[in-house]
Amino acid sequence: MKKNTVLSRAFLFLMFLFLYAPIFVLIVFSFNDSKSNAVWGGFTLDWYVQLFQNQTVLTALRTTLLVSLLATLAATVAGTAAAIGFSSMRRRSRNLCLTVNNIPLTNPDIITGVSMMLLFVFAGQVLADLSAWLNAQSWAEQANLWFNFSFNLGFWTLLIAHITFDIPYVILSVLPRIRQLDPNLAEAALDLGASPLTAFRKVVLPELMPGIINGALIAFTMSIDDFVISYFTAGSQVSTLSMVVYSMVRRRVSPEINALSTLMFVAVLVLLIAINVRQARQDAARQRELRSAGRV
Amino acid sequence: MAKELIRLQNLCMAFDDEPVLNNINLYINDKEFLTLLGPSGCGKTTTLRIIGGFTTPTSGDVLFDGVRINDVPPNRRQINTVFQKYALFPHLNVFENVAFGLRLKRVPDPKDSAGKRMVRLTEEEIRSRVMEMLEVVSLKGFENRKPDALSGGQQQRVAIARALVNRPKVLLLDEPLGALDLKLRKDMQIELKRIQQQVGITFVYVTHDQEEALTMSDTIVVMDKGTIQQIGSPEDIYNEPKNAFVADFIGESNIIDGVMLRDKCVKMYGREFACLDGGFAENEPVDVVIRPEDIDIVPPEQGQLVGTVTSVTFKGMQYDIIVDFRGFKWLIQTTDHSPVGARIGVKIDPDGFHIMKKSAYSGQFGDYSSYSDEYDELSDADAVGTDEQEDGYAE
Ligand SMILES: Nc1ncnc2c1ncn2[C@@H]1O[C@H](COP(=O)(O)OP(=O)(O)OP(=O)(O)O)[C@@H](O)[C@H]1O
Ligand SMILES: [Mg+2]
Repeated sequence: MKKNTVLSRAFLFLMFLFLYAPIFVLIVFSFNDSKSNAVWGGFTLDWYVQLFQNQTVLTALRTTLLVSLLATLAATVAGTAAAIGFSSMRRRSRNLCLTVNNIPLTNPDIITGVSMMLLFVFAGQVLADLSAWLNAQSWAEQANLWFNFSFNLGFWTLLIAHITFDIPYVILSVLPRIRQLDPNLAEAALDLGASPLTAFRKVVLPELMPGIINGALIAFTMSIDDFVISYFTAGSQVSTLSMVVYSMVRRRVSPEINALSTLMFVAVLVLLIAINVRQARQDAARQRELRSAGRV
Repeated sequence: MAKELIRLQNLCMAFDDEPVLNNINLYINDKEFLTLLGPSGCGKTTTLRIIGGFTTPTSGDVLFDGVRINDVPPNRRQINTVFQKYALFPHLNVFENVAFGLRLKRVPDPKDSAGKRMVRLTEEEIRSRVMEMLEVVSLKGFENRKPDALSGGQQQRVAIARALVNRPKVLLLDEPLGALDLKLRKDMQIELKRIQQQVGITFVYVTHDQEEALTMSDTIVVMDKGTIQQIGSPEDIYNEPKNAFVADFIGESNIIDGVMLRDKCVKMYGREFACLDGGFAENEPVDVVIRPEDIDIVPPEQGQLVGTVTSVTFKGMQYDIIVDFRGFKWLIQTTDHSPVGARIGVKIDPDGFHIMKKSAYSGQFGDYSSYSDEYDELSDADAVGTDEQEDGYAE
């Protein structure tokens, strides 16, 4: 019995060591006053300073934040609307939709990334052909029109890809809230004179808000975090932070990367903690509610 | 003459081809307290939701003040609802819950002489109306509480205040007292009746509690299986039930097979009894209803019928005595004690008999041979007879 606990403790320790040792090393060496990743040369913040003077990194940071924010916003709106739509479906079609929704979650990122890239390239080609055909028409020439619908991989394709892979997370976190919703609430609002839109805004939305915010936080984390899908859909002109890290590593391992990775790790960690704290608070509130309901 | 406010015309409702309401015809007068009464699943909530505008009937019309309102959405109807589970807004406190309807309201601008411009109510006006309403439901001092910090009875009163503050023409209440304990329910029954008379509006009240219906209503609509069985005042329904279902659902009833020999004379157990009813065909088979409190116990030699006491239950005000008359068990309520096994006679005055035409419900209710099961009988959805039995009597 006793031996068992010692063993399991040791196992747990090893597990955490494997999980966190690399990150720990990374963080420590981001403060290392030496170019080497093996020798400790004293404490410095130089790498962080350099990082913030590196134009490539700063541009990538801006892209990452912009894409993540916009994608989160769009995915939250679309995901919430989809979740509401799902919940008013009949059971069979709802289950079908949920399965379809869950596939991208379990799909390997590489497949999502490659397939989206192919889709964008294909769509770009089709639109380019369409533009060329339109421009060849005599009426276009007479009206002095010049069409150009074609596009290349870049910021917008990156954004669309992020919105796409964020939506399922939002749906998954909003749906349970809708299930808990008393269907009479919206009716009560209508009954009191609210238009359907007002009823949604003043009664349904506040009730769904905790789920929506959770979904948005998860979506944001996923966007900041993503490398594979971004890599395939951003094209050659636009880079996110994770893509910059990757290309820097390919050239040479600089302690600057350690600093950048440390910052990204901390940012994602803060977000995850925020999500978990919210979740725990909500669960506690629900427990309280259930208890008080049981007492009445 | 009371003014008619709402009329339901040939109303039918089906969910997935499953009929839930069959040809409901009903009118509701202004300032009336009307109760829909019936067992669980008989379509009370569905009827109420159709009046409120939350459900569209499969066929038939809803008229309000003579105008067809089938297609008017709930937010445009001068009707407010107290939902079966209150449906208070959890994220708003009591004050904001009650103020919800007022904040959406638009009234003609008093400063605009043409009366065309519509404005919101002022904050002071909202505050004074909400506080006035909270006073009516005795909830002053609770304005800042969230609904989950209120007891069931308090939540229910918030729900009533939230609806009434809008001064609707009609208030729909769906079993609003269902979640309360007996004592609180009795208090709230009186309270609700008082509020209804004080504000002078029409109440359409849903319940499956016959006693509640009898004490509160001006008019009772007894429903079963999506069909109206009887409409009438509480006295009418109690004294002149139309069929065995109504007789059994409203109060306790002994229902016995009989034959109407001629006007004012009914035959049962091979004996003739004087009664007050008439208008039946000669020798028409009928259901005879005798209320347990209309039966007098007399010494056997003076009795119209003689039976054996099989059980006695003390009920506080009276004894419930089950008496076996040739295998058919009657319930008698009396203040006199008779021991089990005693042979007793009974006497029934002519006004103690209520004669009903045979119906699909004949033979299903009114026998007390399994007395303790009596209350379950109502929830037994298959208890209603088939047409076969009816034919049997008609031969
Ligand atoms: N949305 C719905 N879809 C399908 N069937 C429904 C729906 N709403 C009600 N029903 C069915 O309609 C019938 C009547 O329901 P209703 O809620 O009107 O009963 P009720 O008289 O209010 O009963 P209770 O006293 O239990 O509240 C029931 O058999 C119920 O199963
Ligand atoms: Mg109901």
